[in-house]
Amino acid sequence: MLDGRSQVRRRAGPRLWLSGGWLTALALAAIFASFLSPHDPLAQDLFLGRMPPFWVDSAEPGYFLGTDSLGRDVLSRILYGSRVALTVALIAGTLTCLIGASLGLLAGYLRGWVDVVVSRLIDIWMAFPPVLFSILLIAVLGPGLISIIIAIVVIDWTRFARVVRAEAMAQGAMDYPASAQVAGRTRLSTMLVEILPNVLPTIVALLTLEMGIAVIVEAILSFVNLSISTDDPTWGGMISEGRVSIYQAWWVIVFPLITLFLTVLSFSQLGEGLKDRFDPVLR
Amino acid sequence: MRLLRTLLFRLVSTAVTLVGVAVIVFVVIRIVPGNPIAMMLPPGATPEDIALLTAHYGLDKSIPEQFFIWAGGVLQGDFGTSITARQPVLTLVLGRLPATLELSIMALVIAVILGGAAALTGTRERGTKIEAGIDVTNGMALSIPDFLWGLILILLFGVAWPLFHISGRVTPSLDLPFTTDFYLFESVIRLRFDIWADIVSHMFLPALALAIPLAAIIGQLLKQSLKETMHFDYVTLARTKGYGETRVITREALPNAVLPTLTLVGVQFTFLIGGTVIIERLFSYQGLGNMAIDAVINRDLPLIQGIVILFAVIFTVVNLVVDLTYALLNPRLRHA
Repeated sequence: MLDGRSQVRRRAGPRLWLSGGWLTALALAAIFASFLSPHDPLAQDLFLGRMPPFWVDSAEPGYFLGTDSLGRDVLSRILYGSRVALTVALIAGTLTCLIGASLGLLAGYLRGWVDVVVSRLIDIWMAFPPVLFSILLIAVLGPGLISIIIAIVVIDWTRFARVVRAEAMAQGAMDYPASAQVAGRTRLSTMLVEILPNVLPTIVALLTLEMGIAVIVEAILSFVNLSISTDDPTWGGMISEGRVSIYQAWWVIVFPLITLFLTVLSFSQLGEGLKDRFDPVLR
Repeated sequence: MRLLRTLLFRLVSTAVTLVGVAVIVFVVIRIVPGNPIAMMLPPGATPEDIALLTAHYGLDKSIPEQFFIWAGGVLQGDFGTSITARQPVLTLVLGRLPATLELSIMALVIAVILGGAAALTGTRERGTKIEAGIDVTNGMALSIPDFLWGLILILLFGVAWPLFHISGRVTPSLDLPFTTDFYLFESVIRLRFDIWADIVSHMFLPALALAIPLAAIIGQLLKQSLKETMHFDYVTLARTKGYGETRVITREALPNAVLPTLTLVGVQFTFLIGGTVIIERLFSYQGLGNMAIDAVINRDLPLIQGIVILFAVIFTVVNLVVDLTYALLNPRLRHA
């Protein structure tokens, strides 16, 4: 056991630093996109269409990562795209977590009719193909940042509810919540003061994971052209445009894809790392 | 007896779930802005024309009324008529279902092979650098969703090193002698291995993209239960009999370790099927998911409804089958 613990701690270090570092850099890029971007991300120049990145001989100076078929600067578009991605990750992730974890906690600890209703809803939700459901919701709500956030919350709350419900149920069956009640705590305060702290590491891990998922969902929705307005740069939109010209201009799809890849990987690694850090058993 | 009661309970709760799905889809798609009828008619259509066609599709009635008319039809096998294709929804959906089923099953097979191999190798080489390598690969495979794997595979094996097709289900110029829509299956039956190879070349990358995350889950879980099993007495006994490590793992440990993985694979398989929606879009694969996205974009209400219900049916049936298999395989439940 001791060996396992020290091993986990050793591995958690660099993983946390690397993923945290990438996400911090990305957050800075999103905040300062207007200073960092060498070009206007929307400026088209048809004479400079499909220029390759800087290390290729025929590259156009000043366009580090090349241009897309309309002559827009790929680097600037990636920088501006991080704004949409991170906004969705933070807001949708947090809201999904709050709603899903609350329902899961209530269902798992209070049991009774709350649990019946929540479990039945989870069953119904699990029978929907999530991507199709999100596309359908965007069609209903209309494109836009708020619609994407609503769609993610509506679809993904079950991820939190399922896991937190099971954990809360397991914790509730132990002796300590009962003793807390004997000591005079109400059920609500037992749930918040005794159960919640023990479920928190799981919730934190799920939250960072969910942020990564939110980034992917936004990318998928902009890939099928249902995200925000088609003018604003999004990674998914760039990937969708790059997919069309994949044989003529690979850089249009490769650079946003790498950014998306690293971001999703960082969110999930951050979650795993934090879970190891905060898990009372491992600590 | 207990098995029968479990079965009955599961059937009832499945039915409740499906009705729930039907109600939600029905209500959600009826608040979609954008009139599908107006999109069907030529620009000069009069309001009377629109009203006539709206009545024809039953869209002038209240939502509860529409639901009962639709549900009555569904019970008789009538899922309505697609507004864009003007064909029965059932015909359209059943025409695409085989493509999606073949893709999902191929992905499942790939996932079981890759995940099983990872788990067996990891158990055999436990405690070594090889096991650590497998763990890291598994972790990576799990962190990245199928959509990204699809894009990465397209770039690697479709563009940089073009080994496979990255678009469509079959080369359009091929003359298909098929009577069913199960192309992969029928090409084997008819011994047309030229067509079979073409279909596999189209299906391989999307199936692999769907399979990678599931393979990682299978690899992790199966390895964990295998390693736990390795401490049991009968494994030690098999070793004292002089059996080799590989034989001990595959013959003694595996049959006892496979059950928890099986239940998980069932649930994860429904996630995989859900993933076909975007993967089919990405690879322009002519399946249900691709048709579903088009239906949403075209506001084809009856078609969307039919596809979502079909997906829900597949999901619940898969879960039901897994639960029953588990009950049949698990001796503790069987004899109880």
